[in-house]
Amino acid sequence: MSESLLEVKNVSKRYGQQMALDNVSFSVAPGHITGLLGPNGSGKTTMIKIIIGLLADYTGEVRICGHHPGKESKKLVSYLPDKMALPAWLVVREALELYTSFFADFQPTRAHDLLHSLNVPQDKRISELSKGMQEKLMLVLTMARRAKIYVLDEPLAGVDPAARDLILSTILDNFGEDSSILLSTHIISDVETIFDEVLFLKAGVVDLQGEAEVLRSQHGKSIDQLFREVYRC
Amino acid sequence: MTGSEQVKPNFDPAIPIYTQIVDRFKQLILSGEYGPGEKVPPVRELALELGVNPNTLQRALSELEREGLLYTERTTGRFVTNDAALIAALREELIASMVEVFLEGLGALGCSLADVERLIKRYGGEMK
Repeated sequence: MSESLLEVKNVSKRYGQQMALDNVSFSVAPGHITGLLGPNGSGKTTMIKIIIGLLADYTGEVRICGHHPGKESKKLVSYLPDKMALPAWLVVREALELYTSFFADFQPTRAHDLLHSLNVPQDKRISELSKGMQEKLMLVLTMARRAKIYVLDEPLAGVDPAARDLILSTILDNFGEDSSILLSTHIISDVETIFDEVLFLKAGVVDLQGEAEVLRSQHGKSIDQLFREVYRC
Repeated sequence: MTGSEQVKPNFDPAIPIYTQIVDRFKQLILSGEYGPGEKVPPVRELALELGVNPNTLQRALSELEREGLLYTERTTGRFVTNDAALIAALREELIASMVEVFLEGLGALGCSLADVERLIKRYGGEMK
């Protein structure tokens, strides 16, 4: 049994009176893809912010290859934010240069090839790209790092359904067997075949978690159907 | 084995994906589309083409190995079995189970074997 790359134990986080996360535990093994599922406001992004070291005042324990979130772990984690994080005036080519100088594990040639295959123009400013193109750019920048853990926050939100297959295969094709992916989404139906494990968050609490295939055979339902049941209003 | 188009099924997400991959591969092998001794593409390549998790595909291929339909050669990769007798036996088994389902359905509608023969001749279509 191999060590988990990411270990989350009894993590809770509150914003004032509001419990954003309540005693969340899970782990991600090497080569595995975990789906962090839940509607908006269920705590997905809070969980991710803790893992990438943006939020420090939580209780419980998070370990990334043995490290607490911080300077060391940031070298191991490649993060795709749910919003454009680069300045709009930046030219795509400059964004590549920026990542090259920021991250020792960034592979500019691979990024270049991926942008080419996804038809993202490199001589345009980010402000000139459509929302879908911007998301593709951010995904390429994220996946072109040789990281241990890829944390992808809603990678499909702004992508039209036709491009989802392309995004998924880019993700599947670019993570190594010794790395892992944590992918948050509220769009399940198009992505459910890529998960090893899933975690349903509901108002900060883990409502259901387990191996995707086991859940399918236990319930005789797809992850998407289970999702709809868990979150039925 | 080339062109994964022929492998690409529409998965029913309410059933474990790996069992569907196992069934699809069986069908391709038993129908002869994948011949004895043919090389199976690498796991990651197939996973990508099918849009499934590589671990899921690995699990399906391991299951097919356990059943003897595929085998792994340490350095060169994974292949369809050369055991023609095994393929023939499994094919026979599959045919028997399909015929059984078919006859059960017609039997439930009150058809006799003579009716079935007559119906096959009438609706057999192009099949020789």
